[in-house]
Amino acid sequence: MLNIELQYFAQLQDEAGRAHEIRQTQALTATALYDELRNAYGFALEPACMRVAINAAFAPWEQSLAEGDHVACIPPATGG
Amino acid sequence: MADAPVDISALRRMLLLPEAGGVCSFEGRVRQTNEGRAISGIDYSAFGPLALTEGQVILMDAKQHFAIRHATATHRTGYLPVGETAVWIGVSAAHRDAAFNACRYITDEIRQHVPVWKNEHYANGVTGWVPCHTL
Repeated sequence: MLNIELQYFAQLQDEAGRAHEIRQTQALTATALYDELRNAYGFALEPACMRVAINAAFAPWEQSLAEGDHVACIPPATGG
Repeated sequence: MADAPVDISALRRMLLLPEAGGVCSFEGRVRQTNEGRAISGIDYSAFGPLALTEGQVILMDAKQHFAIRHATATHRTGYLPVGETAVWIGVSAAHRDAAFNACRYITDEIRQHVPVWKNEHYANGVTGWVPCHTL
């Protein structure tokens, strides 16, 4: 089990009902972690339309997770 | 990234270099309607550390791809009423073509890649996240 620090933004934050959490997970990759979170919170966004940031840097969805990683799924940007 | 109004004149002064014959800027403001709905304001949220990193990458890319002397950009977070400046981009260059093109490039790249999200507040009290610009 890994302890992962999660940060939620925009519609993901609304759906999760929180901005941060530390979650114990057996997920080995960001993809597997997002699948787990979709089951938990019913996230509507498909991973194909998002990016993931690990430790505040964009990373491949298949990147392996490590103990204590900070993970943020990044909804499509709408600033500007 | 700024959670309070920014002194645009100070940003502009940074662009006024002796070798720069052209200065081009873009100011994005909160519009009173979107998709036919009346807007009272927009709440901007951001992933601050990543937004700063991505913004710096975009400015560095612009300096590599266009013959410009300097470029700067700022983006607001928090609730902004109609008419407030949300984003400001400024570029200086020896000649106007590079200044125009780089300003457009930076503006488009920020919209697509910097992790900032708009939650629109409608005049009827409802709020809604803006769908993506591009997928």
